[in-house]
Amino acid sequence: MSRQSEFAQAILNPDLPVPEGLQNPEGAPAGKRFSVYRNNVAVSLSEALEVTFPVIRKLVGDEFFKAMAGVFLRQHQPNSPVLMFYGAEMPAFLEGFEPVAHLGYLPDIARIELALCRSYHAADTPPLDPTALQAIAPDDLLKTRLHLAPPVHLVHSKWPVGSIFHANSSGDTPPTEMHPEDILITRPEFDPQVTVLPSGAGAFIAALIDNATLGDALKQATITSGDFDLTETLGLLLSAGAITKISKGT
Amino acid sequence: MLDTTGTPPQTLPNAPGVGYKPQHFAAIMEDPAPVEWLEIHAENYMGDGGRPLAQLRHLAERFPISVHGVGLSIGGADPLDTDHLKRLKHLCDWLNPASFSEHLAWSTHEGFYLNDLIALPYTEETVTRVADHVAQVQDILGRKMLLENPSSYLAFAESTYSETDFLTEVVARTGCGLLLDINNVFISATNQKTGAIDYIDAFPLDHVGEFHLGGHDQDTDDTGAPLLIDSHGREVADPVWALFDYTLSKTGARPALIEWDANVPEWPELAAEAARAATILQKAPA
Ligand SMILES: [Fe+2]
Repeated sequence: MSRQSEFAQAILNPDLPVPEGLQNPEGAPAGKRFSVYRNNVAVSLSEALEVTFPVIRKLVGDEFFKAMAGVFLRQHQPNSPVLMFYGAEMPAFLEGFEPVAHLGYLPDIARIELALCRSYHAADTPPLDPTALQAIAPDDLLKTRLHLAPPVHLVHSKWPVGSIFHANSSGDTPPTEMHPEDILITRPEFDPQVTVLPSGAGAFIAALIDNATLGDALKQATITSGDFDLTETLGLLLSAGAITKISKGT
Repeated sequence: MLDTTGTPPQTLPNAPGVGYKPQHFAAIMEDPAPVEWLEIHAENYMGDGGRPLAQLRHLAERFPISVHGVGLSIGGADPLDTDHLKRLKHLCDWLNPASFSEHLAWSTHEGFYLNDLIALPYTEETVTRVADHVAQVQDILGRKMLLENPSSYLAFAESTYSETDFLTEVVARTGCGLLLDINNVFISATNQKTGAIDYIDAFPLDHVGEFHLGGHDQDTDDTGAPLLIDSHGREVADPVWALFDYTLSKTGARPALIEWDANVPEWPELAAEAARAATILQKAPA
């Protein structure tokens, strides 16, 4: 094994011996001096996860989060020095992490937090002027395509994750019963927002993300929900600056 | 050897700068004194947009910016990460910073990033590798870079160069400049039981384009010997200020940065550290 492989393994696994040839000033084995690296790596990666997953941390508690982050970071080291995007494997990790198996909604909370992080750093695009939509003749409207801004993300969940998220970030009342929720993440200016979508809007926006025409997206939404409200959903998207462009579809 | 005929429009002033933290944005825009320039960690500005880049654009209109990379792994045994080099190039191209610097250390191995500045043995093999990587960075960025001395906690039995000879050799082979971290010198000298003044005296000071001043924590090793940890989490220690003063008596004033990355204080406390640097810079020989 190369010097750096040996070093890297020993940093990540404290049960491995300190590599040979690392010394204190007297030429004796480095011992605890090597632990500085072990500690720096574990603490800094754990802190990076705390930055990205504050609500997960609140839900499981600080001490549990630290221990869990220790397990996570030994299974998933960052594959890039751009640490703000570290933790993409967290939802899948939580799905298989036995001690949180009773908190079925956690993986979707992690999906929301990852989406918030990506949204925060996403490209800036000017929002569509709402009058542009009104200017389109009703016959053409269903054939148009709405292009969503780069910070927009959608999370479908069979749990009330938007309500749980708000209860643990802005102190809203927690949900009293379990129900599915579709969550929209938008970024009106610089601060991403989490919105629990009304009925059918999740299917509608998912279709827009898949580049469907407004007509096809509407069809999807009405199949999913009997009381989908197009005006309400378009208003929500426009006011959040979530639409950047309209194009005539073919 | 890098062709440095096309010089960047701005250089860092021989004055105090601070490591930029977003929570200080409003305070800096209102009254930055005595801070005259800012340093950013390159990796925090590698998103596509949003607040970080918007703030940086505002700051760059008013201040010379130093881009300080923490993740390139210049001492890594693997080839440099070309995706990361592209990201650095993109950032330097649009921002056109007054300076770009990175570390004499490694952090990425087999594609995994360990997020720490890990020490290297100083050998023929590593001096060649580091010089090749520095040359590659300068080539791709189209600018001279500064290489920073690390803080060390342990020594490698296989080292054949002293750190100062190693850096001198890298400068000779690449034409790069150096970032002299005074706190790192003090940490390494204490941890290795060597002389900090001796290190400064042996350092190729003519090539220093920037100083770093940061805080450290105190611990002990298995034998009870002092072990200083490079934490950047408190004010600069008195012996580090004294070493800075000594170094400036040899170099004259150069750009000097306060690094405070953990337990970041309110702006007035950070500005007070910068003011202390300003006082020492002002009485340095011209
Ligand atoms: Fe430094």
